Amino acid sequence: MASNDGKSGGGVQRPLSPHLGVYKPQITSTLSILHRMTGVALSVGTLVLVYWLFAITSGPEAFAQMQSCFSSWIGRLLLFGWSFALFYHLCNGIRHLFWDAGKGYELETASKSGIAVVVVSIALTLGVWFCAYTGVGVL
Amino acid sequence: MSNMRSPLARVKGLGSAKEGLHHWWMQRITAIANIPLVAAAIWIVLLSLRTDYAGVINLVGHPCVGAILILFIANLFYHAALGLQVVIEDYVHGAAKFFLLIFVKFSAALIAMIGIVSVIVVIVERASGS
Repeated sequence: MASNDGKSGGGVQRPLSPHLGVYKPQITSTLSILHRMTGVALSVGTLVLVYWLFAITSGPEAFAQMQSCFSSWIGRLLLFGWSFALFYHLCNGIRHLFWDAGKGYELETASKSGIAVVVVSIALTLGVWFCAYTGVGVL
Repeated sequence: MSNMRSPLARVKGLGSAKEGLHHWWMQRITAIANIPLVAAAIWIVLLSLRTDYAGVINLVGHPCVGAILILFIANLFYHAALGLQVVIEDYVHGAAKFFLLIFVKFSAALIAMIGIVSVIVVIVERASGS
């Protein structure tokens, strides 16, 4: 075996795979990175859930402050984006679970399931906001 | 390169600690658990919009609802910490990676704890109030 000095390549020009930027974005690759981005965004977004619970614990004044914070237009906008990120990550996560089970790897299937994920997550987002505003379907 | 293992290790059947799959597997387990838990959490939040502060205490402080929320928080933050770990390992290198990995684990534990304690306080509040 050749000695390993810890430096990759050891000065030898080895072939490199092309940089990500040369590839044309496809539905599969775009949705893949979107899964990561929504995952990171939702990790920060968990603060919304904890703030909600903390405000409930902290009394009526804190609760009212939390409500006015979330019902401002910027609050609603953030919550709307947050809810879409949640539904997208949820639906695409289920798509990933099917892949883990070895199903849906055909190129055509992968593209179709990707489109389905986007359509369903938009529908779920609009549906939940419709329920939030009207109370329909919420007991 | 065909065999990196010593003859002794091979004959004794020594190999990996069989722990390599653990991270991947837990990410999937928490993902599956998150499907019903997210649905339940959204329903609880939608219900809370239909009532006032006392009603929200009554809802979130119900032992069953509170238990679901605590389960959700624990599972959610575990899943988030595992996912962020992968993202950090992919894009961050050197000392920054080391500190970020620890930062993510510590903050996930801290924020999850705030959420869980909040739910427990509401449960106790409801039980002592009614």
